Amino acid sequence: MDLFEMFEYDFMQRALLGGLLISLCAALLGVSLVLKRYSMIGDGLSHVGFGALAIASGANLAPLEFAIPIVVVSAFFLLRISENSKIKGDAAIALISTSALAIGITAATLTTGMNTDINSYLFGSILSMSQNDVVLCVVLFIMVSVMFILFYNKIFAVTFDESFAKATGTRAGIYNMIIALLTALTIVVGMKMMGSLLISSLIIFPAITSMRIFRSFRSVIISSAVISAVSFTAGLIISYTFSTPTGASIVIVNLFVFLIFTATGALIDRRNAKKYAK
Amino acid sequence: MEELLKCEGVSFSYENTGVIKNLSFCVHSGDYLCIVGENGSGKSTLTRGILGLKSPAEGKIIRENGLKANEIGYLPQQTPAQKDFPANVFEVVLSGRLNSRGFRPFYSAEDKEIAVHNIHRLGIEELVRRSYRDLSGGQQQRVLLARALCAGKKMLLLDEPVTGLDPIVTEDMYKLINELNRKEGITIIMVSHDINASVKYATHILHLNGDKSFFGTTDEYIKSPMGRYFFSDEKTQLED
Repeated sequence: MDLFEMFEYDFMQRALLGGLLISLCAALLGVSLVLKRYSMIGDGLSHVGFGALAIASGANLAPLEFAIPIVVVSAFFLLRISENSKIKGDAAIALISTSALAIGITAATLTTGMNTDINSYLFGSILSMSQNDVVLCVVLFIMVSVMFILFYNKIFAVTFDESFAKATGTRAGIYNMIIALLTALTIVVGMKMMGSLLISSLIIFPAITSMRIFRSFRSVIISSAVISAVSFTAGLIISYTFSTPTGASIVIVNLFVFLIFTATGALIDRRNAKKYAK
Repeated sequence: MEELLKCEGVSFSYENTGVIKNLSFCVHSGDYLCIVGENGSGKSTLTRGILGLKSPAEGKIIRENGLKANEIGYLPQQTPAQKDFPANVFEVVLSGRLNSRGFRPFYSAEDKEIAVHNIHRLGIEELVRRSYRDLSGGQQQRVLLARALCAGKKMLLLDEPVTGLDPIVTEDMYKLINELNRKEGITIIMVSHDINASVKYATHILHLNGDKSFFGTTDEYIKSPMGRYFFSDEKTQLED
């Protein structure tokens, strides 16, 4: 197998660059979402994204231009639901996800039928990354990384303890909104390659995996970024080599890394327990 | 003694029902005030009011002598999500300095010194590199108390700080808070369920009860009809 040969194709270069940037965005945002117990927002958004893309493709509208505003609005809405403890947030998100999926599939079968476009929105496709998508990925990555560098301490405070952050004068709501907004963009841009059924794994897996071993916020963030990038690259190569679906291959690599980290983490815990017991 | 916080005829409503009506009280520098009352009596609403996160429907909450709302060292109740949060103790304590940052993104060397100072003050040096989620409940509360001290030099606002702690650790926590108050002159406002401990340590008691709330010194409280009812009641229950 010649690694360099596969990256001589333009579509593979675009897939690698765009996908890596999206994976990094998803991993960074994912740490905060997972720790705030907002993981389901990512899942809900990806389904809403699918519904919007399916309708856009049926109505012959530009897919991203149509889907981005809808998913962004849904992001604020889902955030409100999750922050409001009176409504059962998880149930409400499940209702929204399945409804969006149903509407999308119905709209697609009534218009274009279940064509390759729809199939790739659901399961992802290595060929889907266009030149414009890559530009979007670069812009998004710059936004996410600038936010994480400038507001790192505020993001930590808001994620760890929103009540305390608010009491010390941090406008927690704004940071939650920025994170939800960037998550929405990451999901819409990433789902053409990963598929809407699997994009939320890019957000959830790296953070959960890192937390098996790493115990400080900073190390969890760095480890999530590394895991996400490595899993993506490995998954992409597997997908190309064995012609497996891209999204699914990346998730399987992520699962594999998660299992390794879980086992290692359990060993470390056992050793530490002995150390502190002494 | 200088006044730090003054409530004048304050009313709060919550979901259109008034929970606190026409409440007035005053906290002086060096006071140890316990806010007690049943569930739903408005303790957390008043807490949010003191922190400036909720404006009263009527009346005024005045912070005096340079006390700013964001300089009250707040110790909130722990959330379930926090218990297994991957953060080391230093990261948590240092985040107490966030209010000094404003729009500047990074902590200064001075912020780090203040964090280290408060870590020593609470005797948790050994925990500094440990992860918050590996600590016991009592250790976690000490870490959060150190963070609160980083945020507020003059006044701490503690929201049921001993919830979920075992009796020995609870007693340690009360003693520690008492020392911060008596030896270092830090003003304490504590929301509490525990009337016995409140009477034992506090200088003042605020008992929220609709429009018949009580505010006064602990001695006055014990002698008041309300204090006699609640306090002696609990005592006889304990003796039974």
